[in-house]
Amino acid sequence: MGVSKEETARIAELARLSLDEAELARAQGDLSEIVSYVNKIADLNTDGVAPTVQPCTVSNAWREDVALPSLSREEALANAPDRQGEFLRVPSIIQGEGDGE
Amino acid sequence: MKLCDMTIHELAMLLKAGEATSMEITKSVLDRIDEVEELIGAYVTVTRDEALEQANAADERIAIARKRGDFSGISPLTGIPLALKDNVCTKGTRTTCSSRMLADFVPPYDATVVGRLRDLGAVIVGKTNMDEFAMGSSTENSAFHVTRNPWDLERVPGGSSGGSAAAVAAGEAIGALGTDTGGSIRQPASFCGLVGMKPTYGRVSRYGVVAFSSSLDQVGPMTKDVRDCAIMLAAISGRDMRDATSSPEPVPDYSSLLEGSVEGLTVGVPAEFLHSGLDSGIRELMDGAIRMLQEAGLEVAEVSLPHFEHAIAVYYLISSAEASSNLARIDGVRYGYRAPDASGVQELIRRSRSEAFGPEVKRRIMLGTHALSSKHYEEHYVKALKARTLLIEDMNQAFNKCDCMICPTCPTVAFKIGEKPDDPVAVYLMDIYTTIVNLTGVPAVSVPCGALGGLPVGAQLIGKAFDEGTLLRIAYSLEKACAISDRRAPVAAADGRRGK
Repeated sequence: MGVSKEETARIAELARLSLDEAELARAQGDLSEIVSYVNKIADLNTDGVAPTVQPCTVSNAWREDVALPSLSREEALANAPDRQGEFLRVPSIIQGEGDGE
Repeated sequence: MKLCDMTIHELAMLLKAGEATSMEITKSVLDRIDEVEELIGAYVTVTRDEALEQANAADERIAIARKRGDFSGISPLTGIPLALKDNVCTKGTRTTCSSRMLADFVPPYDATVVGRLRDLGAVIVGKTNMDEFAMGSSTENSAFHVTRNPWDLERVPGGSSGGSAAAVAAGEAIGALGTDTGGSIRQPASFCGLVGMKPTYGRVSRYGVVAFSSSLDQVGPMTKDVRDCAIMLAAISGRDMRDATSSPEPVPDYSSLLEGSVEGLTVGVPAEFLHSGLDSGIRELMDGAIRMLQEAGLEVAEVSLPHFEHAIAVYYLISSAEASSNLARIDGVRYGYRAPDASGVQELIRRSRSEAFGPEVKRRIMLGTHALSSKHYEEHYVKALKARTLLIEDMNQAFNKCDCMICPTCPTVAFKIGEKPDDPVAVYLMDIYTTIVNLTGVPAVSVPCGALGGLPVGAQLIGKAFDEGTLLRIAYSLEKACAISDRRAPVAAADGRRGK
């Protein structure tokens, strides 16, 4: 089963990736091939089988609800590509008229 | 043999006896790095100055212990130079995941495994190259450079922990940590003639290890022999408050369990693993390894994993789905690469991701996003989760008949750089023997069992959950029978000869 160009573009949009025409064509080919391979699991009979989300044997790892030391704000922000004081800075989120930056 | 070509346990004895210092060992490793790193390319970052400081501190610690006549505070890892895969966070030392995205990322904290190694007085030599975000099996997907196999410089070291494997095989570190999501410790160990273990899911804390696929990832040792593997595993295992999936199961002293008898234990041979398409040379080595285990006193039983053929499809669906979710947090806002001059925040996120992720990472994100999209969620993602249950049931059934299983680690020896098939599915199929282990959560170790055309081949031993002790004991008896654990890669052997 192939994946259409439109669907590939929609997946890229959901994944927040911009692909140019060549990359989109390549992604469509790769995705079609991988999807046709993984489709083989459709033949498996899984009626009445519960899904396994993870193989962890631990459940409900509680601890006392007490404040413990954590990173300082300065440490947490040290890798920010752009900041203003104690805030992360990004281009404007709400685009209005004449609003570009 | 130079100090840098020795094992952890050999060096620990020299340190304790006062016959070598950590400074001498660390300098031997750094000298080897100076000599061969240009050829090998194992590292992204070498932390020379820090390593020398840590070696000095370890020597002081050992001197105090000697003065007091009390070595209880000294671990076999005290003073031993180790390498860390570059997806394991190191406070103050950049942690790149071999991605342009994190090329300048300096973690403000240590991963729990790193903290444990530091507490024991281990020396951290540097951070090793890998496939970007651990996606790949040749280390060719690094955004920075290729890493060459110390056994044959025209070949890949495997991946994704290829830098860690190459570093240890070349004597550029005494041991290393890798991470394994679908074979990324075991396959490079097999390609580079090392012992590499993926512990049981939950055995080792993942805190501070950059997440690829959270239900599959584990950290594990890559070493020159099984005893070193036991030492490193004991050091990094155990419950961690900061990883809720880490297990409270007690951590035994794995080294003390190696010498025990293997009489009466049973090794299972999964019929599906030794299929007709398997390379005849690798098949012969597997038959030889099974014979050796038999001679050591193990029973051999045929077992079956009936859903095995679906493991690769299940693995690529689940791991890619989790990867697309995990990597969604990388948006160019809080850390990592930021595209310049974006006019809005959506454009900033899209462009930062598109400019800084490499092709394989984008491919996995696309597959994962596809599998999780509303139209395909049931038929792909949920179906894969159900198939995972069937694989776990297969594994449980098989372990009713045996204590461990044996199969090849990889269907091939190390391939040539640049000769990876262009077809992504063909590449994924090379993980055929390793992914089922991560999907089912059990531990497995690759042990060198011979060579084909001068290139190492590993046998994979798969154990029961949280029974790494038995697994290592069987691995140790196979290693003794094979009698090749003192072989060193030509790059290391050449330097050894020059040194004499």
